[in-house]
Amino acid sequence: MNGLNEVCREAISGNKAALIIGYTEDKHHHLKPFIAHTEADTDKLTYNHNAVNNLAVYLHRFRNRTEGRIGIVVKPCDLKAITALIQENRVKRDDLYVIGVNCSGVVKDQNKEFSKENTQIKCKTCAGKTPAWYDVVVEESVEFELPEDNNALLMKQIEEMSAEERLEFWNSEFEKCIKCYACREVCPMCYCDQCIVDKTEPRWIESSATNRANFAWNMIRAFHQAGRCIGCGECDRVCPADIPLSLLNRKMGMVAFKEFGYRHGTDMNAPTLIGTFSTSDHEEFIR
Amino acid sequence: MLLQRYNMEEKFEPKIAAFVCNWCTYTGADLAGTSRLKQQPNARLIRVPCTGRIDPVFIIKAFESGADGVLVSGCHPGDCHYNAGNFHARRRWIMFRELLEFAGIDSSRLHFSWVSASEGKKWVDVIDGVTETVRKKGPFDQYRKMSRKIELPELEEEGVEI
Repeated sequence: MNGLNEVCREAISGNKAALIIGYTEDKHHHLKPFIAHTEADTDKLTYNHNAVNNLAVYLHRFRNRTEGRIGIVVKPCDLKAITALIQENRVKRDDLYVIGVNCSGVVKDQNKEFSKENTQIKCKTCAGKTPAWYDVVVEESVEFELPEDNNALLMKQIEEMSAEERLEFWNSEFEKCIKCYACREVCPMCYCDQCIVDKTEPRWIESSATNRANFAWNMIRAFHQAGRCIGCGECDRVCPADIPLSLLNRKMGMVAFKEFGYRHGTDMNAPTLIGTFSTSDHEEFIR
Repeated sequence: MLLQRYNMEEKFEPKIAAFVCNWCTYTGADLAGTSRLKQQPNARLIRVPCTGRIDPVFIIKAFESGADGVLVSGCHPGDCHYNAGNFHARRRWIMFRELLEFAGIDSSRLHFSWVSASEGKKWVDVIDGVTETVRKKGPFDQYRKMSRKIELPELEEEGVEI
């Protein structure tokens, strides 16, 4: 861990970053997000398999900050979120000091040891163990056993169902939704100043947790992430009802790749998918 | 009582919500009307400035409000009054219909078309075709069942209206 602490201390003392968003350990040996403002704070920063949170979501908090760059500890999967935010002009590359970590996988459940069964599914689908770009990189990447991709199996099952069965399946999943909006709060790509569900005039999506309101909310959430989700899987992790939310996003990502060859969060200079169009987009479904 | 009067259980008439753009399809539908072309009376037209104005939440809302099918129609590519509105819309639809398909609302309930202001005849063909498809598919009871309010039997027993 010392590599990380030294780099962070140097970043603050050398004025490379005004603050550093990272992880710290609590008394249960879980990692939680932590923002270091001073050199002394940087000693508390740490990184290990328990670093589950996607810290890119905290960048929105410092959006209007004018002095100093924002340091952020990033694992390769979270870096895609930052690249995507730069693509969408939400943050500027020059305002960031990216401390990349070579990832060795993260756990599903922080109470258990890191093992094949206790590895997040995203670790299997992750593009690499080294961040694609960074200002400085720390940690050693250790090989680890990749987990089973249960979501891909579930996706296949759903695709083989008839439309009625699919609606039945999603209905039974969304029935559990309690509309806590944790999926929205944790998502680095959900950053509207006022979310559509919070608008009351007109109220497009009912605020009660009835089946149809849940269906509407989850559809609209998935659509607002269409071609934007970077697959960090945080929505799945925080959902108190264990709804496989990332399946919808993953499906949208697959469509974006199939139809347009587009993957969000891979190139910070690329235009966004929904923000642009091509005159040659296919339209065989339009009469 | 209504059911008895119209004998609705035997004959199902689909409700179609049609989102049409002001400049092409609405005018085209108007032309169909003034030309006295015969068409199915099942569509409720909702006029919007441009297909680019149609947020997918409109479509969800239409199903929530009891539509059995939804039609979205606008200007042909290149004809948009605002130059590029329908191009943006088209890209959105490609994504959205795949999402609804995956969630269980299949494409026989969600239709798209380009109808220009001079295509009164095409509008009739489209609306007849859509109505027939949805009629074959039957009422969207599965979605309507979801629309029930929360069930609170204890309150109902006490006579509280929910």
